[in-house]
Amino acid sequence: MSTAQTAYLNGRVPDGPIAGKWEKCKNEMKLVSPSNKRKYDIIVVGTGLAGGAAAASLAELGYNVKSFCFQDSARRAHSIAAQGGINAAKNYQNDGDSVWRLFYDTVKGGDFRSREANVYRLAEVSANIIDQCVAQGVPFAREYGGVLANRTFGGALVSRTFYARGQTGQQLLLGAYSALMRQVHHGKVKLFTRREMLDLVVVDGVARGIVCRNLVNGQLESYAAHAVLLCTGGYGNAYYLATYAKGSNVTAAWRAYKRGAFFANPCYTQIHPTCIPVTGDYQSKLTLMSESLRNDGRVWVPLKKDDGRSPDQIPDGERDYYLERRYPTYGNMVARDVASRAAKERCDSGFGVGSGGQAVFLDFADAIKRDGEATIRAKYGNLFHMYQKITAENPYQAPMRIYPAMHYTMGGLWVDYYLQSTIPGMFVLGEANFSDHGSNRLGASALMQGLADGYFMAPYTVGDHLASRKLPAVTTDHPEFRRCIDETRTRVETMLKVNGRRSVDSFHRELGKLLWDYCGMARNAKGLETAIQKIRGLREEFWSNVRVLGSGNSLNQDLEHAGRVADFLEFGEVLARDALARNESCGGHFREEFQTPDNDTLRDDANFCHVAAWEYAGADKDPIRRVEPLEFKEVPLTQRSYK
Amino acid sequence: MSDKLNLTLKIWRQASPGAAGEFKSYKLYDISTDMSFLEMLDVLNEELIQKNDEPVAFDHDCREGICGMCNLMIDGQAHGPDLETTTCQLHMRRFRNGDTIVIEPWRARAFPVLKDLIVDRSAFDRIMQAGGFVSVNTGNAPDGNAILVDKDDADQAMDAATCIGCGACVAACKNASAMLFVAAKVSQYALLPQGRPERTARVQNMVAQMDQEGFGGCTNTNECEAACPAGISVSNIARLNREYLRATLTGAK
Repeated sequence: MSTAQTAYLNGRVPDGPIAGKWEKCKNEMKLVSPSNKRKYDIIVVGTGLAGGAAAASLAELGYNVKSFCFQDSARRAHSIAAQGGINAAKNYQNDGDSVWRLFYDTVKGGDFRSREANVYRLAEVSANIIDQCVAQGVPFAREYGGVLANRTFGGALVSRTFYARGQTGQQLLLGAYSALMRQVHHGKVKLFTRREMLDLVVVDGVARGIVCRNLVNGQLESYAAHAVLLCTGGYGNAYYLATYAKGSNVTAAWRAYKRGAFFANPCYTQIHPTCIPVTGDYQSKLTLMSESLRNDGRVWVPLKKDDGRSPDQIPDGERDYYLERRYPTYGNMVARDVASRAAKERCDSGFGVGSGGQAVFLDFADAIKRDGEATIRAKYGNLFHMYQKITAENPYQAPMRIYPAMHYTMGGLWVDYYLQSTIPGMFVLGEANFSDHGSNRLGASALMQGLADGYFMAPYTVGDHLASRKLPAVTTDHPEFRRCIDETRTRVETMLKVNGRRSVDSFHRELGKLLWDYCGMARNAKGLETAIQKIRGLREEFWSNVRVLGSGNSLNQDLEHAGRVADFLEFGEVLARDALARNESCGGHFREEFQTPDNDTLRDDANFCHVAAWEYAGADKDPIRRVEPLEFKEVPLTQRSYK
Repeated sequence: MSDKLNLTLKIWRQASPGAAGEFKSYKLYDISTDMSFLEMLDVLNEELIQKNDEPVAFDHDCREGICGMCNLMIDGQAHGPDLETTTCQLHMRRFRNGDTIVIEPWRARAFPVLKDLIVDRSAFDRIMQAGGFVSVNTGNAPDGNAILVDKDDADQAMDAATCIGCGACVAACKNASAMLFVAAKVSQYALLPQGRPERTARVQNMVAQMDQEGFGGCTNTNECEAACPAGISVSNIARLNREYLRATLTGAK
């Protein structure tokens, strides 16, 4: 590694003891005076937890904020679908929780591939998030005495998860949305719905604006600002079938990558073990069944291959409770990545159940016998109802069928401690950045990170950027804006002109299958090399054989989808390259060549205890792999075991 | 087990906001009963693309019943025939072989059609901007347990807060009234101590904005509750009326 590379990827972590870093950083950051704040324009792309919270908080400070989303309202981003809860180190339960413990659990859960200082700060502000949301009128679950309720989650040893029934994400997002609507009312936020960001405008090396398409009339619009915040979520839809919303995409992040932002750890993907399985070729998305179900459900498959009997006809002695067999200590509660891989192994070996053999049973019969149906209904009623709605099967009578599905992406645009990307003036928040979850995210941590970034990080660090740089006046008449608009227009027109034979959706499905097969729960060098070749071929075919109907000057959903798929086809190759270059297994990245005898991840801390960030090198050139070394001073590097 | 359906769809097609719309008929064959309603429309669109016809535009995003983006009038019922179910969670096993299904956008003056089945629901955002918030800046909050909240109040507030903002209540109402939507938000805040300082101005401003957007008056026929995929109760409308009366009588701004 050359010194130039190290210097280039400097995480800018403040000096000093870990518990004082954020305080020190806040004390040293430059401030914008109250009367000057109104002179600054800030663009926030995305209105999920991170984007909504950041836009509202920056507007409260006095900045002029422009908020963009592709949905019809700022209340719809996919943060809304999060079920379980949000972690906070409040220690309301008197059970020994602390900032340190939340920090420790998160670093370890991430399989030692996150930046320690960022994680510590996240744990530090977690308590403020709960306070803020309560003050906004978020109706968290409460005890009879009127205090906030907690539950345990994801096998943690303390009870630190706050929740609002099974709809915590919805309530937190509506809280941020209401704060955002208040600022629209005060004239400090201007809302741009049904807009899709298609390019980032960089002037003199600093992010100064965006190009977006007005999805209602097709017009290309550009907006100038003094800072740009990307809060555009994860890239799991590269796999086509995922628990993501249909519109979730990598386009904004990918366009920023092509303008100079590095893309970090794209191979860190989370495949969630408990989702409703695929039923047919028409399947458009997959639905999560909360992880909490594994508290009471037992996972099994028949002992006999291709056993066609219905589950109630298979006696206990002819069942393989494979998680309990392999992991006697943790049993059904092993980590997400371990449970997912084990299900895949059983199904690939011919023991899967259901019509396609791509499912395992999650059985509640023992729990119902032990606790009674009423107790199980009280705990999981809404999930059982949703399962029945989708599958037309009654999970109180027959076991659920589940299979892993793409659920979250830990990788994202590289950011320093200030959440600033390699392009000065462009900040990246929430799932769109890479910083806090390492190679595996723990349950109830995504909501915490999105809101921490939006409410409590960006309002400080964006101010520091504005106060410490000279930012000459730039308007959308600047030649760079015109160039970006022209390039975007050419791209849109090229797509419409191909007029081939295959639909956009068929390309997306094929890419998704490639990534799932070769870069899913288990990866190997040969498969990844195959994937890279096939993705290149598919990308070439896309640009010569895609059929996008309609015009660019009107509402055209097929054209929107085409742009996203075109970017996934480029991004997918970098994802596979990253997986190929990381010759170790860690968290959600499992390389078959690197595993312990127990089929767990085998890290190579000597050679891969670092962030890999990809730099765009030009259209026909291979991207460059840059490195940020990771140091673990507080939590010593150890091997995970679930035996 | 899955069966196959042959269907006739009558779908509203409208090129742009000002254009005249019309129903067009489409035949679909071998639709699996395991498909969701929107997956059935995906199949139709794939066929249309193969025939060089523009696909049908419809709003959707999460496809798991929570984002509130999907919004179809199916055989005259908002989100179709199933109770407390969004269009994206409706499955084709609910239909029979040979059925004709009529699919329209929401119909309301305040929700103009943008294209085919897509409408503009930004009126809901503007109602929220008028008062659907608690005025508390980031950083101002006391400890989460500093103010105790009665569990029953919190639970009732949560019942109201589950509104997904889809607009089915408006579409189902013959007056295209937005009372249930406004009532849900007013109720959530009226039930919680955090919302009380602004309760008077909130209800007045939100109701005024609702009227300004062109939504009709409440019919008291409860169609909204019947159509609501989130199960929001009309008792929230009673609470809205009490809040409004209180604000009017006390006159406090």
